[in-house]
Amino acid sequence: MIEFEEPKPISQQSFVLKTVAENMMRPVSRYFDEHEHEIPWDYINFMHMAMRATGAGSLAPKEAPKKDAEGKERPRIGYQMLAFMLEMLSWGDVGIYLCTPGGGLGAAAVQANGTPEQNAKFLARFGEEKPAFGAMAMTESQAGSDTSAIRTTAVLEKENNQWVLNGEKIFVTGGQKSLLEGNGLIVVWATIDPSAGRAGMRPFVVESGTPGIKVTKLEHKMGIRASDTASLVLQDCRVPYENILGSPEVNQEKNTSGFKGAMATFDATRPLIGATAVGVARATLELLKELLEKEGITIRYGLPRQKLTSIERDIIDMEVMLRSAWLLVIKAVWMADNRKSNPLEASMAKVRGGDVVTKITQKAIEIMGPLGYSQDLLLEKWFRDAKISDIYEGTGQINRLIVARNILGYSGRELR
Amino acid sequence: MYSFEPTDEQKMLIETVARYAQSNLRPAAHDADEECQIPLNLIKKGWELGVLQASIPETYGGFGEHSSITGVLASEEMAWGDLAGTLAVMTPGLFAIPILLSGSEEQKNDYLPHIVEGDWSPYTAATIEQYYDYDPNQLRTTAVLDGDYFIITGEKFYVPYANEAKSMIVYASFNGQTQGFIVQNGLLGINIGERQKLLGINAFPVFPVKFSEVRIPSANRLGGVNGHDFSLILSSYWIAASAMALGVSKAAMEYALEYAKDRDVFGIKVAQKQSIAFMLAEMATEIEAIRTLVWESAWMLDKGKKEAYKEAYLAFTGAADMAMMVTDRAVQILGGHGYIREHPVEKWMREGRSFSLLVGISII
Repeated sequence: MIEFEEPKPISQQSFVLKTVAENMMRPVSRYFDEHEHEIPWDYINFMHMAMRATGAGSLAPKEAPKKDAEGKERPRIGYQMLAFMLEMLSWGDVGIYLCTPGGGLGAAAVQANGTPEQNAKFLARFGEEKPAFGAMAMTESQAGSDTSAIRTTAVLEKENNQWVLNGEKIFVTGGQKSLLEGNGLIVVWATIDPSAGRAGMRPFVVESGTPGIKVTKLEHKMGIRASDTASLVLQDCRVPYENILGSPEVNQEKNTSGFKGAMATFDATRPLIGATAVGVARATLELLKELLEKEGITIRYGLPRQKLTSIERDIIDMEVMLRSAWLLVIKAVWMADNRKSNPLEASMAKVRGGDVVTKITQKAIEIMGPLGYSQDLLLEKWFRDAKISDIYEGTGQINRLIVARNILGYSGRELR
Repeated sequence: MYSFEPTDEQKMLIETVARYAQSNLRPAAHDADEECQIPLNLIKKGWELGVLQASIPETYGGFGEHSSITGVLASEEMAWGDLAGTLAVMTPGLFAIPILLSGSEEQKNDYLPHIVEGDWSPYTAATIEQYYDYDPNQLRTTAVLDGDYFIITGEKFYVPYANEAKSMIVYASFNGQTQGFIVQNGLLGINIGERQKLLGINAFPVFPVKFSEVRIPSANRLGGVNGHDFSLILSSYWIAASAMALGVSKAAMEYALEYAKDRDVFGIKVAQKQSIAFMLAEMATEIEAIRTLVWESAWMLDKGKKEAYKEAYLAFTGAADMAMMVTDRAVQILGGHGYIREHPVEKWMREGRSFSLLVGISII
């Protein structure tokens, strides 16, 4: 039955997280924007404690279905909980949200590609007493959207049964915190056979404290400045044999399981980026409406378009965009919760989220005029924060390509 | 809980309607548009699917209960076949659904069984007025109380089947509020003009109707002496238009997609060009996103949520824009061929413009 009733656990979670967003994020939003790369420890320590206590926030919840009083299985809502959590925290501050302790993309990659033993071994650290961080290192200076062009290599050293990683990675979100602040890990994508293209790609777990991996640079960014974006150099970085996620064999018959693993990770995380985009967009639209209301402007819902003022039209269009983007995110995570294949909806949610947040933040500043452009308000910060959601985890264009291939039934070769 | 899964019953209804849309409505759509006429047997066949009947409780001759969500699912599916045909099949609903939603018990008993149990027969509504900022909440047609009578004066346009309809609901401003009045066709002072010619939905017959001090018993006010809340009817108008916009948009998107996969250009298919593939991806995303919003608004209306009015308005605004965007692009993707009437996309584009303007010709 088609339903849109927000589940109670989600409403309860939202109530708590709104307090966090209002009291621990918004008041320091400007500070951490101005002090790039300073780490928001108050927020991190609080969230770590809270998530340890409640079990919330695991990137890929895989809980067994809960049962109700009559013993019937309750629908799974783990991904939905997570989407709502990310939306609310991003409504607070998306840069600070990105510093949330836990596995992040690294844990998502472990879960998407690892064995149960690997999951147990690598993920336990995120529930320990001290906060730890996880990251994923995919992008290289010559390989952005075209991930199969990566050059970082992994060579098996037979004598001591270790993989030796060599290469340079850029744009690693949370890379510095994962390596240097606590017992975290980074999942590094490398090729075990450079002649094999995608078929040679594998993820490797590099734990904090491993010699041979170094942060060489932290990027200075347009927005999300609280979040570190690291460049890494791997120089004869040795990890144990069992740190490879997936098979060490390069099957000559086009075994691209490694590459597919990367893509499966994205099916889980893309709607969540959509959720963060919606959070920023909602913050913007709410503030905008509040400011307009102070100026005596209220929106007359229900009027024909021809009778609306330009500002009313803009606001109504923004509300349509925002709500439809959010519902699309919910649909994509609802599918994930119900174990329905969702690459199409995941990419649609990402495309829509990125589009909507950039449009809404841009329009909000236009409507507020010189005040919107000023640092007196957070609108200009959200404008800067917004743009990243149309870029990371697959640009809007890459995700359009995925949507197009899905609806056309085309392979990557048929639609390049 | 959230769920995007229709019930088994709804799935069966969707299937039945889809079969009719594909086998009956779609093949007849082109000629119907050219000849400005839908064959009566086609309408009757659509009526026999029982979409309206299933939304009316047994007490009043139907076999189900009213559900906006179910109406949305069925309407999208049918409008995928042909918009004009769908509007025609649904026309009796313009009269029956407001009575079901807002009518007095007496009005329900007087009218519903007769409409629902019989063959398709046009009962209609006179809602739209033809001026640039037509607003259903601020009508120029007036109703004035005179003893035991209302006197209705004004000019309506786009009244479906006004020439054949037995009765209609006429919406008029009463003390500044929009109210419906049940009016027998043929009363003194009712003047039906020449059938209107439009940009699209050519097969669907609509007429101007002039009301010159038409007197009706005061009991004919929709809802009885105390009247009714028009926002419920307006919300249902919006949701119906939105659902049909989804159907037309989906039809146009699919047609353009198949065409692009078939059409050779520079040694590949035109769909293999990113400029075209991205247009299609955006059309599909737009439809998927707006559909969730339409569903949510229909669900809210079914639940009697007070936000339903605003949500339905947002859904309607989004759906109208979506329909224009998607149908325009469908024509563009077919290029010169899209402009030729042999292909259905130009017809869908003409229909795409209708949704934002024609609030009052369909209801679910």
